[in-house]
Parts: sequence; structure tokens; C-alpha cells
Amino acid sequence: MAITKQNLLALNGDEAVAYAVKQSDVDVVSAYPITPQTIIVERFSEYVHNGEVDTEFVCVESEHSALSMCLTASATGVRVFTASGSAGLALMHEILYVTSGARAPVVMAIVNRALSGPINIHCDHSDSMVERDAGWIQIYVENSQEAYDSIIQAFRIAEHNDLLIPTMVMLDAFVLSHTLESVNVLPDETVRKFVGTRRIPLVRGHRGKLVPFKLDPENPITMGPLDLYDYYFEHKRQQEEAMQIAPRIIKEVHDEYARISGRKYGNGLIEPYRLEDAEIATVCLGSTAGTTKTVVDQLRTKGIKAGLLRLRTYRPYPVQDIVNALENVEAVAVMDRSHSFGAHGGPVFHEMRHILYEASIHPQIVDYIYGLGGRDMPQTLIHEIYRDLQKIVKTKRVEKPIQFIGVRE
Amino acid sequence: MTSEQKGWKEIPIAGVCWRPATDYLTGDWKTLKPVRDKEKCNKCLICYMFCPDGAVTWDPEIEDIGFNLDYCKGCGICAVECPKKAIEMVHE
Amino acid sequence: MASKWKFTTKDLAEKPEILMSGHRACAGCGPAIVYRQILKATRGPIIATNATGCMEVVSTIYPYTAWSIPFIHTAFENVAANAAGIETALKALKKKGQLKYDHVDVIAFAGDGGTYDIGIQALSGAAERGHDFLYVLYDNEAYMNTGIQRSGGTPHGAWTTTSPAGRVIPGKPEYKKPIADIMVAHGIPYVAAASPAHWRDLITKARKGLEVNGPAFLHVIAPCPRGWRYDTSKTIEITRLAVDTCVFPLWEAIDGEYALSAPSKVIALKPERKIPVKDYLKVQGRFRHLFTPEFEHVIDEIQQIIDRRWKRLLKKCDMA
Repeated sequence: MAITKQNLLALNGDEAVAYAVKQSDVDVVSAYPITPQTIIVERFSEYVHNGEVDTEFVCVESEHSALSMCLTASATGVRVFTASGSAGLALMHEILYVTSGARAPVVMAIVNRALSGPINIHCDHSDSMVERDAGWIQIYVENSQEAYDSIIQAFRIAEHNDLLIPTMVMLDAFVLSHTLESVNVLPDETVRKFVGTRRIPLVRGHRGKLVPFKLDPENPITMGPLDLYDYYFEHKRQQEEAMQIAPRIIKEVHDEYARISGRKYGNGLIEPYRLEDAEIATVCLGSTAGTTKTVVDQLRTKGIKAGLLRLRTYRPYPVQDIVNALENVEAVAVMDRSHSFGAHGGPVFHEMRHILYEASIHPQIVDYIYGLGGRDMPQTLIHEIYRDLQKIVKTKRVEKPIQFIGVRE
Repeated sequence: MTSEQKGWKEIPIAGVCWRPATDYLTGDWKTLKPVRDKEKCNKCLICYMFCPDGAVTWDPEIEDIGFNLDYCKGCGICAVECPKKAIEMVHE
Repeated sequence: MASKWKFTTKDLAEKPEILMSGHRACAGCGPAIVYRQILKATRGPIIATNATGCMEVVSTIYPYTAWSIPFIHTAFENVAANAAGIETALKALKKKGQLKYDHVDVIAFAGDGGTYDIGIQALSGAAERGHDFLYVLYDNEAYMNTGIQRSGGTPHGAWTTTSPAGRVIPGKPEYKKPIADIMVAHGIPYVAAASPAHWRDLITKARKGLEVNGPAFLHVIAPCPRGWRYDTSKTIEITRLAVDTCVFPLWEAIDGEYALSAPSKVIALKPERKIPVKDYLKVQGRFRHLFTPEFEHVIDEIQQIIDRRWKRLLKKCDMA
């Protein structure tokens, strides 16, 4: 298949998301504005009010209702989208679990913003990291182009009948949400064809026959029962099974999209950058990867074998891909843009170190908590991390496994 | 857990229910059951409207009411509300 | 607005049961009667959603369901948003020509906890946005599902496990929130108060609520034998007393215009028919502590509240 001719638009991350939603034949959008996600709902309101989409758009009174509406709209068989971040995502917390448990393939954009308090509107990953156990697929993007591409892919992933897993796409507050970038957009019809129409699988309901898995007066089913110790566990096991299949589907959708757009993000799960022969590497999520790639390039010109591993898909967690990517690395620095107070490091570090325990490789590993509440992560600090890694390789020991970088003493 | 209980591969996803409540008989909850005096009953169906359990039945073929004791929980509302006092609650 | 629908009791009895037998509501459950009656008012395809609460639990204990129509429960505080989601999806399907029906009704059920308290935000939002759905509040005046804790709908003086009949504080010190008036104030097209004792009135109101375009709110008194502490056979008797004492007058507000319904109109026209509140209280164990020399003044207080509210209602109905 030939790469489709595309239009180059100047869009910020929020606009890129709204544009992708506009093209994805979404039936219902229900959302509540929160800085820095606001532009998504504003742009989409304009599309609705200018007659550019025929989506039913509902401005609700809270994020809790936004997701509650999306959940039952999805259960009625249509394609839905919402967007949030920070406190808004926290207010959805309860319904996130209900949505994944109901196997409602809701797609949501999260503009990553710090959680209060004190209140802060800038970027860190504390909002979505706490939701990593909510049964959703999580995709973290590096730039606005990827935000656009990932939203389109997310509909295909979430609605895949082997998955039916709600999917959230994360983009960093302001750095991506409010910053203009050149974004290549596919023609409307190409996107429409790619996302297709939502297909509904069959389930066996209380009348004993196979019926569509949706709220349909012709074939009534009951969703969301009181599920006690005799079957709740089985339903959770089913969710895990779908998550086990998800990496394959995410890769397939990513690859198919790459064939029409010409754009790839690693293998869809992880994006290794100059890792093949790297001795030292950082691991990060989101826009920080962009800055880090520049630093890696600078180090490489000095002959330092530096690399980067960007985690794109955080749920499901791509265990084997990560292990393979870090195979030859001697020291790894994990960059955590959120913190688990009182724990041994941030969440990304936890899982990274955890999977290496049973792996055949055991690089030295260190955690850097950075950028909380939008604190800048300049190249100089990233250079500092790589310098630490060089020292670790030399001394073969990690002096301080958990460090806070960019914070004043 | 009994062997009748199904494994995760056998049940529908998302907790979709696969048995109708009518398979679950609540009739054994009761200690009292309604008995109707057919002479007094004028088939006004008040008992039908007030039954919490749908245990008062109406057969349009024979135009008569009945009690489905498989579901009747013996609350006694029908006996209290019957305008003809045609229902009595008696020990099972 | 008058419904053109006429029905006989036989018509209702010959309509299939939407809430199937085999549900696990307690014997004498008021809400179960309310559900059965309301679901006799349906006019075609319908989808139901329920807030967390007694009726959600007893009707859908996995793998069983008592619902013969499409049904979804998600959480406690969001049933109005859930109804809004279904309604919006149906609109989207219709726009695309993918809805098999000309119209599908949407009905949301919630108890007093899910309505007066934790669910009022979602309800208020959905009402303001004008979604086309019927919201049924089955009011058993406390959190019965968790074991009888007070709610915004619990009346003054009532015993609950969180407003106990103590030596110093005799039951709930606060007053019942006027929830239906709050809904009228939203400017929605239909609000009504109904009692299952007056089932014809209740079913007609449910039908009107389904027929109206936009949000409709139906407030139904639904006693709980366990929580109100009375014999299971008295459920309907109590809902009749509630009307006859004007504790729970029956009325409807069409486009904000209040009008008394027949059983309460009779009392308005013949005030001597109004029964003292005491007669309503004394048949319920949750008020037993008030029948003591120490606390009987609370009964007078309750009578005063009821009289005041009744007077205000008469004014709203132009019957003062």
C-alpha cells in the first residue's frame, strides 16, 4: 500500500487530538473542560457548531458524568470519546474501573497534569500513573503528531473484538497541549476507512441465545450486575486475558497505520533510540523523550555510547520488548515524572526493576524523579543523568538508587 | 465452590447475566401462604397490582387469578389489601 | 398535557412482566411494587438503568437477572448521566439511520441515596441539559441497602442507624429535602409525586413521564418493611396513610404548573378528611421512640412541618 498524501497543518497537541476525533466518525463525545485539556473540547465544540461533524456532543457538569455518559453510550453500541486530565481524571477514577469491567471501548485523551495539592496546572504524570491499574490501555505520546496518530489508532485498538479495552492516550500538558507543531494529517476518507464502523461481538445472554453485546431492545441483556465472590474473579481474569492479547493488536494496528501514513513509533509498544550498541540508557515516557534524543545525539558525537528507551505503551506493559531492548545496556536510568511517596522510587522504576529480576540481564539501574508540577527538564539535567550513568558503569555500583533531579535543596 | 460453577473461558464477558431470575425460586422464603376464597373473589386484580413479586398470576384464557407459590414470599399485602377480604394468609 | 393512554386493570395484567419474578427483594418490598407498577406504563421499546441500591442488587444477582428489557448498572451517583449516555447514543444511532425503532424510551431508577444525596449533581446536570428520559426516585427514606442509614430524604425524627433514637437526640434532627420541588425549579417539563397505593395515578404519571419530551422526574414513596419497622403486609396501607395525612401529597407539575392529584385534591377540598400525622407515625417502628413523654413534642413538630408544607403546596396549586 502506498503512503497516502497528507496535509501539513500547524496544530498544538490538543488541536491534533480534536482533529483526529473529528475524522474518526465518533458518535458521542461527552466531556468536561479542564486546563490544559480545554482546547480539545473547545475545538470540538467548534466542529459541532459549524456543522463539520455529526457527532452528538454533550458538555456535562463533571468528569464523573462525562465518563458515565461515555460508558453507557458505548454500551448502547456506538463509538465514544472523552478527554480529561489531572483532577478530572481523578474524579473519573471510580468509573474508569467500571468502564474497563464493562468492556466498554471508550477512547480518552489525557493531557497529563499534576494532581493537587497545592493546585498546579502543569505537566507531570501523577494523574495517569495512579490509573495504570484501572484496566485501561495506556499510550504515552512524544509529540503532537503522535497524539494525532495515536488517537486514530486507539479507536481500532479499543474496539477490537478480542480486546474491548478502553484506551487512554496521554500527552504532556503545555509542552505538547499548547505548543504549535507541524502535524501531518491524513485525508478524512482515509481515516474513516482506517477506523471503520464499530463492530459488536455476540454474547450469550439470559435468554440462552447469542445476541449482540449492547443495550438493544430487540435482544435484551443485563449489564453491570452484582457480581460476588463466585464469579467476580472470573470476570477479572477475562480482562487480564484481553490485556495479554493487546500487545499483538496494538502492534498490528500501529503497523497498518504506518503503512498508510509512513509514520512509525518503534514497534508501537516501545521506541528504542540508538540502543543497539548502547552501554548506558535512559528510560522515559512522553515529551521528555524528544529532549533526550537530542542529548543522546550530542553524546554520540563525543563517542559516548548512549541510548534511550521510550515506553509508548505502558499498559499492557511490554515486558519482553523492554528486556530485549536493554539487552546490551550496562546501566539504566529511569526517569519518573511522578512519585509514589514512601515507596522505593517512582512507578516506572518499580516495574522496570521488577521485570529485570527474572530476566537474563541485570544492568545497574537508578531512578530519577523529575519534572513534578511542570518543572523544566533541560538538556543540562539530562546530561547530568548520563554522566551519572557513566560513573556507575565505571564504578560498577549505584550509590543512590533514587534521586530527585531539578529540585532545589 | 461447586463443580457447577463455570470457568472464565465459559462465561460471557463483562458480567452479562446468563440466567433469568425466574430460574431462582424465592417461594421457600415464606412461612405464610395466601389462600383465596373463590366465592368472595371478584377478580378485581388489586392483589395483582400490589404484589411485589409478580406472584399473583392472571390467566386471560380462563379469566382467573392464581398464586405462583414458587415466587410468593408470603408478605401478606394481598390479604390486607383485598377489598373483598377474599385472601387469607395461612401457615404452609 | 394529558396522556391519551387509557387502560384497564386487565390490560395491565396481560402485559408481560418486565421485572421478572425470582428477584430477591425482601418480602413486602415497597420499591418492588413501585417498579412493577411503573413498568406497566411502558409504551414500546425501552432501556433501563439503575443506580446502585437495593433494587439494583436484588434484581441482578449474577448470573441471574430479573430484567426482561435491556438494563445497565454502573455506579451509585451517576444514574442520570448513564441515562443521558443511553439517550445520546440512541440519538446518534437514529441520526445515522441505524436505530431499528422510531423511538426508544429511557428510564432511570434510583433510591433516595442516589438522588437526594450522592446523585444530585448528575441528576441536576442531566435535567439542565434536557435529556429525554424518565427518572424514577423510589424513596424508602434511608440507605436501606447498606442497613438503614439516614439520607437527605429521611424525615425529621425518624430512627436510622446513623440517626439513632438516643437519650439526647431522638432520631434525625434535620428535615426531608424537598427534592421534587428542586426538580420543578430546574424548569423540566414534568415532575410528579406518586404513591403505589394509588396505582392508577402512579401508572398514569409514569406514562406521562415517558411521553413527555425532555426530562421527567417521578418521586414515589416506597416503604421498606425492614427499615421502617412494620409488618410486611402493611406496605400499601402505609403509602395510603402517607397520602391521607398529607405527609406525602400527590401532585404533578407540568411545565412548572403545580396541580394536586385526585387523592390529595379531595383532602384540599374537604380538609376534615386530613388524618393526623400521628396515625402515620404510630404504625412504624422507626418513630416508636417519639411516643414517649420525653419526646412526644417531636410529633407536634412533625405535624407542624407537614401542615406548613401542605399549605405551601396548596398555594402552589392555587388552592389555598
